[in-house]
Amino acid sequence: MTGIIYAFPRIPLKVILMQVRLRRFYSYAVVLFLWLAGANAYATLNIEIFGGGATQIPIAIVPFAGEEKISQSITPVVAADLQRSGLFRLVDPAGLRPHEPVEVSYPDWVNRGAGALVIGSTTILAGGQVAIRFQLLDVAKQEQLMSYAETVPAEQLRAAAHRIADMIYEKLTGDVGVFSTRIAYVVKQGKKYSLQVADADGYNAQPVIEYTEPIISPSWSPDGTKLAYVSFENKKPVVYVQHLATRARKAVANFRGSNSAPAWSPDGSKLAVVLSLMGGSQIFLINADGGGLQRLTQSSGIDTEPSFSPDGRYIIFTSDRGGSPQIYRMPVTEGVSRSAERLTFEGSYNVSPRYSPDGKSFTFIHRGGGGFNVAIQDLATRQVQLLTDSRFDESPSFAPNGRIILYATEIKGRGILSAVSSDGRTRQQLSTQAGDIREPAWGPMRRLQN
Amino acid sequence: MGSHAKAAKLASAFLVNLKGNEMKKVVAVLLISLLTACASQTKKSDAEVEDKSAGAKPATEAPRATTEAAPTLNPLTDPNNILSRRSVYFEFDSFVVKDEYKSLVGAHAGYLRSNPNARVLLQGNTDERGSREYNLALGQKRADAVRYAMTLSGAKESQIESVSLGEEKPRASGHDEASWTENRRVDIRYQGE
Repeated sequence: MTGIIYAFPRIPLKVILMQVRLRRFYSYAVVLFLWLAGANAYATLNIEIFGGGATQIPIAIVPFAGEEKISQSITPVVAADLQRSGLFRLVDPAGLRPHEPVEVSYPDWVNRGAGALVIGSTTILAGGQVAIRFQLLDVAKQEQLMSYAETVPAEQLRAAAHRIADMIYEKLTGDVGVFSTRIAYVVKQGKKYSLQVADADGYNAQPVIEYTEPIISPSWSPDGTKLAYVSFENKKPVVYVQHLATRARKAVANFRGSNSAPAWSPDGSKLAVVLSLMGGSQIFLINADGGGLQRLTQSSGIDTEPSFSPDGRYIIFTSDRGGSPQIYRMPVTEGVSRSAERLTFEGSYNVSPRYSPDGKSFTFIHRGGGGFNVAIQDLATRQVQLLTDSRFDESPSFAPNGRIILYATEIKGRGILSAVSSDGRTRQQLSTQAGDIREPAWGPMRRLQN
Repeated sequence: MGSHAKAAKLASAFLVNLKGNEMKKVVAVLLISLLTACASQTKKSDAEVEDKSAGAKPATEAPRATTEAAPTLNPLTDPNNILSRRSVYFEFDSFVVKDEYKSLVGAHAGYLRSNPNARVLLQGNTDERGSREYNLALGQKRADAVRYAMTLSGAKESQIESVSLGEEKPRASGHDEASWTENRRVDIRYQGE
């Protein structure tokens, strides 16, 4: 960018600075391994958690019977998932190893401070499949909250562990778990750009496409089967849609000039894209296969970064039509619109808006005195909360349950991924040892595995 | 010696602006031009070179110059020609073409006017700060500003495509003001280069 950096008017900010709690009550460093498929190389993914709400649920997870014999233990994955959510505190089983409800001595767990207890077992069946069973127990009430059993192929043990974490999370918080979802992001390593898709915990990273020219703005189709993105492989930005399973891809916006900022309509039938085809950078609608060009915005300035409301009736976008980049909303109707409702007023640089999954708020990047930060604004009350205090945050996107916002930030000149809870209380850093990571996008819910 | 060194400096500056695949094509041209410059130890005026080839020689035939003598040097790649200068720099948060680049933009517009078959791609760039997509749009504004200036000087709209690379292709990789200044720029690239 070039602009506006030192030009902030001294307006008293109504922005509420969240108590970004860097007190490091709970500071964990969970070292995971990110398999860079195809490269046959391992890079380390560190997840560091800062802060944590006052009301964390103390949970003890007993290693399942027999899980040391299977290729992927279940309970470490479940524990890491729950811990990363910021809503749980792990209680050490300290030698106790019950695997059946009848083996549980509740007073022992009360003494350890556990509120919930997870026990279970894994059994390798003939043919290599693994039978998994677990129980979730309420320690105070001394009763079973849930019981579950399933049989999976060995290569789906991590997926099964994420499902179990989702079930526990949902039972204890009443909210939808997102541990079975995926994220997309771009890794720059040397001169190579790689668009990758990984599980929400950073494991199982697979390159979607690799190129020696930049790739930006990945966007998930609502059904999670396709990614739209912008590639510079042809000396200019062109929008592609790529099917993840077949790897087939198509240039869906390759008009004269620049083509960028793809956003899927909630029904997956259309894409909002930004084209310079008719002068300036303006927002258009195209069909998901590239046909049916239709102009949406008409201004003399920049209109970019569209995001659809969950009901598909509105888009929010960045525009400099008022002199500085701000966020606007307009209805998606049949015709082109010259007018839009301005949503942001604090500061002179508000960009990269994304609707929350419930449509009640949006996240965006706000430039304040300290840098570019992730913020969230309530659409009804117009109240703004700053969620981070770093210097160069970019590209925020909501987890499909709306509880976490994934974004790119920078440490020592290198791009890393971070996540912040949408109440600002918990933050995580995800980083690989090698490469520069940017442009994260959190994928949709994926409850049917493989 | 002085003119030799200057030619070499210009040539290397030019090479820095090119990608690997373009290098091969251009290296031969530059070697010839360097040798010529060394041999003659004289500098041609910009106007002289421009007059000789403008109108007579379409840009797309550039590589043929490698096998010919100095007088038919491609003006677009001749380091002594203003047309070999391909970058227009911008102030912070600005897409106004500064006065010091008016002659450069005008020279390219003149070339396009004299060579109706020539096509040019204008690539707008920004520094790294802020939203990548917003920067892409800002780079587009810069490229559009150069395109507008060229059309005012007589180039046809149909000869020019303006696109943006935003902050994605920084020439300087640092995270300081010097690098940001270098990266706020529009590059002029002719078809076939």
